[in-house]
Amino acid sequence: MADRTGGRKNSGATGTQTLPGPGVAFRLSPVILWLGIVSMATDISSESVSAILPLYVTGFLGLSTIAFGFIDGLNQGVSAVVRIAAGWASDRTGHPKRVAVAGYGLSMLARVGFLFAGGFWAITGIVTGDRIGKGIRTAPRDALISSAAQPEHLARSFGVHRMLDTVGAATGPLLAFLILLFIPNGFSTVFVVSLAFAVIGVALLVLVVPDRRTPRTAQKPDRARPPFTWSQLKDAGLTRLLVTAGILALLTVGDGFIYLVLQDRDSFAVQWFPLLYVGTNVVYLALAVPLGRFADRWGRIRVFLGGHGALLACYLLAAVPFGGLGVTVACLVLLGVFYAATDGVLAALASRLVSPDKVATGIGAAQTVVALCRMAASAGFGILWFAVGAPAAMTTAAVGLAAALVAAAVLMRTSRAQEAGA
Amino acid sequence: MTATRAGRPPGKGSATGKASEPGKEATTGTETSAQRVAISRKRLLALVLITVGAIAAAGLYAGLAFRDAQASQSAPPPVDVTTSMALPAAPFVLFRNTAPGQGFGSAATVPLSGPGGQRALSGASCDRVYGTHDQTLCLQTKQGLATTFQASVYNSTWQETRSWPLPGIPNRARTSADGSLMATTVFVSGHSYSAAGFSTETVIRGKTGQSSGSLEGFALILDGTRIKATDRNIWGVTFAPGKPDVFYATASSQGHIWLVQGSIAGRTLTVVRSGIECPSVSPDGTRIAYKKSDNGTLTGHRSVAVLDLARSTETVLAEKQSIDDQIEWLDNSTLLYALPRDGSEVDSDIWSITTDPAAQPVLFIEHGFSPSVVR
Repeated sequence: MADRTGGRKNSGATGTQTLPGPGVAFRLSPVILWLGIVSMATDISSESVSAILPLYVTGFLGLSTIAFGFIDGLNQGVSAVVRIAAGWASDRTGHPKRVAVAGYGLSMLARVGFLFAGGFWAITGIVTGDRIGKGIRTAPRDALISSAAQPEHLARSFGVHRMLDTVGAATGPLLAFLILLFIPNGFSTVFVVSLAFAVIGVALLVLVVPDRRTPRTAQKPDRARPPFTWSQLKDAGLTRLLVTAGILALLTVGDGFIYLVLQDRDSFAVQWFPLLYVGTNVVYLALAVPLGRFADRWGRIRVFLGGHGALLACYLLAAVPFGGLGVTVACLVLLGVFYAATDGVLAALASRLVSPDKVATGIGAAQTVVALCRMAASAGFGILWFAVGAPAAMTTAAVGLAAALVAAAVLMRTSRAQEAGA
Repeated sequence: MTATRAGRPPGKGSATGKASEPGKEATTGTETSAQRVAISRKRLLALVLITVGAIAAAGLYAGLAFRDAQASQSAPPPVDVTTSMALPAAPFVLFRNTAPGQGFGSAATVPLSGPGGQRALSGASCDRVYGTHDQTLCLQTKQGLATTFQASVYNSTWQETRSWPLPGIPNRARTSADGSLMATTVFVSGHSYSAAGFSTETVIRGKTGQSSGSLEGFALILDGTRIKATDRNIWGVTFAPGKPDVFYATASSQGHIWLVQGSIAGRTLTVVRSGIECPSVSPDGTRIAYKKSDNGTLTGHRSVAVLDLARSTETVLAEKQSIDDQIEWLDNSTLLYALPRDGSEVDSDIWSITTDPAAQPVLFIEHGFSPSVVR
């Protein structure tokens, strides 16, 4: 019922870029709320399985698990590349919802597969399907959010979505561990519960979220649709954003490594390792909306860069020779701030820097660049860690990130003027 | 009814984004608002039905699984068991009891003279056990709001004397013959937000707690050159009898699998041979039993094989099933290893086979896993 009131303010968002003015009152589009709930259900589904997958896979595959880890790394690369392709498909058809349904649907089918999984290649195939589905759905969904949001409150709207998404990401693992606590070896129960949430997520998307038609890339039916080219993205500052986000992502070593550095220093962190993720998620979900709101008022680029400043502070805390509970918790908080200030804000930035018929491609491109650069960063950091040890590697990453932040600030100066509506 | 529906359409019309492009939507605009609202109601009803149905089905499944688990945990086990809070006199076999029902997962012992007879359950729950006549190393999974893992050391009356947290899922455990050195291998996994994937972490600890650190920190040497690739994995330590500094283990990098000889004092791992996984040194120190990958990769079928260290000859045994276990020596000519029981993921049997290539495997202990022969 709530979606009926959502239209009026949406009408402005689908069109041309309007001046971000402080005078427009924030009203959350029900479309964004529904998409947030879709993501929450889907994240409960996917994160509950992710949390127990190591236990399940090692019990099932034994030492072949090492080979599985390698394939899973490849999958994440494929998933990153698929984002830009899905964004492009979404723009070309003008139906982001259909592409999003394909992505959510593929992940749901993968959950069905878990109920019948047997053997190395079956599990590998299922996890691959899940990862690709995640890659497909992200850009068209963010395009839907972008077109439903008030342009003045774009980052805040993404913040609302990311908050709901993260509630799911924090709930999923707890639900899974709770099931295993009551039902020893109850993996099949976790899979069934996960499938139930995946079905609810897809049903919500299909039944409730309207198929918001975005302006199509190829409007004239007589003209052959142009294939994807990178030149399509040479568009109003998007290149600058991609380069900036890419440079910063190359210095983002991955929170997995930060947790390992903390573990290396503190034995208590070993015991509570799984809860570190929950801690970061809680900070992320608490700050997603306030920081999005702040970004809309103060400047999205400033907050995006400021988020990386929090990451820099986290690196420095991880590099100092003394540990302890306080330093570890401070690191978790800073990591949560980093995600809250960058993830949704990046999508908001990307969608404002391209013309409305290329929003999904733009968001997909930004996310692909960031994901690939972060993978490269993790690989590089792994080598650096081995060569010089954790504290020195962390310090090196911090120095690199500080330099990248300066470069990014210079690069984005022009875009800031553009974002301000000039 | 019609009047009520007609009262709402403006909002609905714009919710689909069509109000912003009134000109383009002329055709679909002929569809009456009342119809759209009706569709929406149907859709909401469908959504409610699907949501309730999915939650009810999952809840029912979980309820039945919980009931089955409860029934299974309290059921009498299908084997003859007793409870004992002390290790028996050597020689005996220490193992993980995997018989369903009460005592599932508990560390257990049987006398070497009667492995198929009554088993004594300790009450200590272990995924992997290994021990000596007065000390048991037990790797445990602790279920809770977050699953954690730990290694515990028990004395001969099953009192915990030491414990330390493990960074991942227990996979292999070994102690040296005198109990002075303990080796653990666990799987360390990344998480959805990180791309760390799966890797092993293997650590050797002394009796008083001093640790080697991860064996990945040891220099891995192949033909005189050090291998620095970051995808190195080390697992499955076995200690050489009578040589306190020497151990063997598996090392893997870039798809290769090697048998390495390790030195604790020198912090080195030297590649001895290729294609040998999960080594186990015989009690007399002359041979190594291991699992051999038929196609040389990490995923394929694995046979049981024995390497004569002096002659450097390999004997592949007749076991047809693929094994994923670190083999244990019953005596200098007989091996023990676990295989899943009827394809089960939680129950397994311990089999024995002599090192004669013509020998057939014989069932040694039903419903058991992780055998450790204490002499």
